[in-house]
Amino acid sequence: MGAQKKRAAAAAAAARVSEDPDDLARQPLQAILLADSFTTKFRPITLERPKVLLPLVNVPMINYTLAWLEAAGVAEVFVFCCAHSKQVIDYLENSEWFSQPNFTVKTIESHNIISAGDALRLIYEQNVIHGDFVLISGDTVSNMSLTQALQEHKERKKKDNNAVMTMIIKKSKPSPITRQSRLGTDELFMAIDPNTKQLLYYEDKADHSKGTICLDKMLLAENPSISLHNDKQDCYIDICSPEVLSLFTDNFDYQHLRRHFVKGLLLDDIMGYKIFTHEIHSSYAARIDNYRSYDIVSKDIIQRWTYPYVPDVKFCGNRATKLERRGMYRALEIEQSRSAQVGSFTVIGYGTKIGSNSKISDSVIGEGCTIGSNVLIEGSYIWDNVIIEDGCELRHVIVCDGVIMKAGAVLKPGVVLSFKVVIGERFVVPAYSKVSLLQQPTVHDSDEELEYADNSSGTVEFSSIQGTADQSNGEMTSESSEAHKPKLGTGGVGYIWSICEGGQEEEWRHSVAPIPEDKLTELSEAMDDDQELVTQDRTALSTSGELISDSNASEGDDNEDSKDDSVYFEKEVEATFLRAVEENVKVDHVILEVNSLRLSYNMTSADCAGAVFYSMMKLAIKTPHSSASELQQNTANIITTWQKLLKSYLLEIDEEIEIILKFEEMCLESAKEFSPLFARILHILYDKDILQEDAILRWADEKEGADESDKVFVRQSEKFIQWLREASEEED
Amino acid sequence: MTQIEPQNQLTLDLSRKHKIEGSQATARQTAELLRSVISQQRVPYTNQAGALIDAVKAIGEQLIAANPVELAVGNIVRRVLHIIREEDLSLTTAAIGGLNLSAVSDDENDDDRDGDSTLSAAAVAAAARSTLRPPSLQTLLEDTPVSAAVPQTSSSGGDSEGKSKSADKSSRSRKLKHDVIEAVNELIQDIVTCHEQIAEQAVEHIHQNEVILTLGSSRTVLEFLFAAKEKKRSFRVFVAEGAPRYQGHLLAKELVARGLQTTLITDSAVFAMISRVNMVIVGAHAVMANGGVIAPVGMNLVALAAQKHAVPFVVLAGSHKLCPLYPHNPEVLLNELRSPSELLDFGEFSDCMDFGSGSGSPLLHVVNPAFDYVPPKLVSLFITDAGGHNPSYMYRLIADYYSADDLVVQRRATAGN
Repeated sequence: MGAQKKRAAAAAAAARVSEDPDDLARQPLQAILLADSFTTKFRPITLERPKVLLPLVNVPMINYTLAWLEAAGVAEVFVFCCAHSKQVIDYLENSEWFSQPNFTVKTIESHNIISAGDALRLIYEQNVIHGDFVLISGDTVSNMSLTQALQEHKERKKKDNNAVMTMIIKKSKPSPITRQSRLGTDELFMAIDPNTKQLLYYEDKADHSKGTICLDKMLLAENPSISLHNDKQDCYIDICSPEVLSLFTDNFDYQHLRRHFVKGLLLDDIMGYKIFTHEIHSSYAARIDNYRSYDIVSKDIIQRWTYPYVPDVKFCGNRATKLERRGMYRALEIEQSRSAQVGSFTVIGYGTKIGSNSKISDSVIGEGCTIGSNVLIEGSYIWDNVIIEDGCELRHVIVCDGVIMKAGAVLKPGVVLSFKVVIGERFVVPAYSKVSLLQQPTVHDSDEELEYADNSSGTVEFSSIQGTADQSNGEMTSESSEAHKPKLGTGGVGYIWSICEGGQEEEWRHSVAPIPEDKLTELSEAMDDDQELVTQDRTALSTSGELISDSNASEGDDNEDSKDDSVYFEKEVEATFLRAVEENVKVDHVILEVNSLRLSYNMTSADCAGAVFYSMMKLAIKTPHSSASELQQNTANIITTWQKLLKSYLLEIDEEIEIILKFEEMCLESAKEFSPLFARILHILYDKDILQEDAILRWADEKEGADESDKVFVRQSEKFIQWLREASEEED
Repeated sequence: MTQIEPQNQLTLDLSRKHKIEGSQATARQTAELLRSVISQQRVPYTNQAGALIDAVKAIGEQLIAANPVELAVGNIVRRVLHIIREEDLSLTTAAIGGLNLSAVSDDENDDDRDGDSTLSAAAVAAAARSTLRPPSLQTLLEDTPVSAAVPQTSSSGGDSEGKSKSADKSSRSRKLKHDVIEAVNELIQDIVTCHEQIAEQAVEHIHQNEVILTLGSSRTVLEFLFAAKEKKRSFRVFVAEGAPRYQGHLLAKELVARGLQTTLITDSAVFAMISRVNMVIVGAHAVMANGGVIAPVGMNLVALAAQKHAVPFVVLAGSHKLCPLYPHNPEVLLNELRSPSELLDFGEFSDCMDFGSGSGSPLLHVVNPAFDYVPPKLVSLFITDAGGHNPSYMYRLIADYYSADDLVVQRRATAGN
């Protein structure tokens, strides 16, 4: 059904494409901008303001994305708003974006969407996308030119209708120590066909501890050459064909663009959809995914990699800012004390006042801030209208709008102060803590896998919190300041969010603060260990770990297969046997049939013996009986009738042992009724010359060293074994 | 409202650098925009010039702020303001010369905002002052009557018309607007043809078997060299590639396409080659009032090399590049720092910019300025569409093109909106 629909949709899309390719080429380029990241990484800030409106070097992030789309020649943008949609829409309506002559911005609003997949499904339903479109999230900064990538995409599409997506990638070396990219995301592995640029493999959650990744060996078989990269950065800019939307609709479980959609397409070879990559070299593109990338992208902007989207160029109605020597950007109307030292790579917003002897470096200060004297600000992001009183120290922190820091307060690295928080006098906020006026939601996630589920509950929670916050806003300031006096110092307002378990690990990875020295040494030591491990167990090719793991994986597969096979084999044998019993087939014929099964399943004679014996016992237990002795009688009868069949497989002592083991297994699991009769049936088998005394003794010996629980049957048949031993001795 | 649309568009285009490339295109578009602004501006009965000036200033301010580095925008705005003043003055003098009712009606202009057209108190004095304006060298040399020399338009015809119709207020206002638009048209024409105007002088400067050195690529230089080539001059050109944008490569290609003997060198080889060069001819981004030049980066190096070997350093610049401002701190304020990606590949150096480890502050800083400032003492000659000039003569040229009141384009506080 699903596949049918898929095909139909694809066919329809294909028809649309083939109808008039020229028309398609002329079609104005559209874009879908997701104004919601569907993650919770920017909490607690994002509880109050959507991520796309957070200022990035004093300009809301979405403006970078829109400015780029406009410059790249996109004619129509659909901004998909979900969380805080009202704020986003209000902002856009008041901005210049709605009044552009050749650039239309339309908003699509929905509240019950919890993932990018849902958003795209909704857009598909609205039927507004008519041709190739750019899929981008509202937190992406880029200055690349789309022309070439678009051209490539269209040409590929003409040749191969299955080339549905072109993914923009960029070279960026991951840190050798932390194994994370510059942007704080996990190391990304991609396998790309160097000739066609087709993406063959995409893995962003590789197991760092082992240093190995798993590749399907078919990849190696099907492609003459593969280049495997870990120095590529996914820019999260995709050029998609309209089929992408229908694919999302058909596969309703696709949520995440990369984790589900891209990986899904790569794994699913039924439809044969292909994803290609386009690497950009000189231009810039990066997505802000976490606090670390917020920090890095801000610094890239200040260093002008994103030119012309830099503070001193007015690209979206930002305030006039002048660039001075050593990367200092200053807006107008700044009051700066003569003794204040403003260092390099610093942006100071309009109307900010800086007191005497304050030192500021590598920081971004927003508009209308008041900074007292003797304040130290280093590597921090201070948004608008923040008041920092005398003697405060801020190192590598984010401070949102309207925060008040009383005199002498200290923020340790990695702190995030959400909107309007007040930090009390001389209070020291511990490293990596997040402070907000809103209380931490009770359901907290650190696990990304839970993100979706969590996000949905998060939004619900948020609204309830918001409600209470709104209601009690008045008293809250007074109340909470009372209640939390010890938490944020005298006069402090806000809640320190507790860092969840396991989150500690993530905190330093994703915070704005640089990774502390001790973590770095720890990591580098760990890496040395890793390398030792690798050198120790280096097999054929130590560095190309994927080859080793690949072979391992395939072995594992084989084991799986053989297990399955033996189960099927057993069932087949049982069916054959039962039919033989019912239809009185001659023993010889049964042997023939079982032999053919054995050949087709590639089994040993021991397997056959086990299977035949299993079927016989099954038959015995199925035969109606009222007591244990009756069951014993039945079993004896069956064994007598079919002993020839069984014997034909008992060529060696090993097979006999196999039978005993099988019987033991049955007694323990499938046919517990036999368990009291174990010794007796063993005796019957011995009597009928099916089992030789050697086999039984060997079995007993083997079991000698086993666990107590395993020895139940050995003990039960102890007498018999004893007797056998004596008999053999006598013979000697 | 209607005038806001195109104005906003140009402001945006100016600020988003990808839309308009080059001073000439920027200048032309600015002039065209201002022309449409003037034609759409409703002129009051009194003080038409003031109204026009305010309108142009209002928009000019925004345009200049949109891209302060592109000085051509400001130049054109000031030129247009100057044109308005000149036209107004010529009409006024004509009116006074006619001794008509206009003086009486001009008395209504008590709140006259414009210095030049202050006529209420003593119209005659104003007329007298107009003759006391600093005369341009051209007028002195040509010894033509002031009234005719002031506007380069059909001012003599305007005079007679003005005399005949001076009683009619509305016709006079229409006349002013009409004249201004005419003059702006002429300005646009000048901008469009500036390359040819400059190129015409090529044969006077390039001689047989000379070796010319240039840096980077400039439309003006290209046309200049072609013009000399067309006049059957045979000469050789050394092209310094102009890192990091390497536009010299493009120039070399075009020169070769036109059959010029071309040698491409690196910027760092300029000093080694300069002794073989007879003349350096380069383009400019802007020419400042003191004769200093804002030019593509690397130009100062070439100029210094040329001075060391006493090679003439000739700068070609259309008159729209003539800026009435003096450069203060030109390396920073009049410069544009471009993306470091023109110098380095981001991917290769991404590990140097990993702020996640270490102190968090960037250790690698890439500076990529677009322009150099060449001080006037290094320039031997300017060739503009009005002829060749010495750097020390620039201020005179600027006095011809601009009026001192417009140097700071900012609406006065009295202008309410």
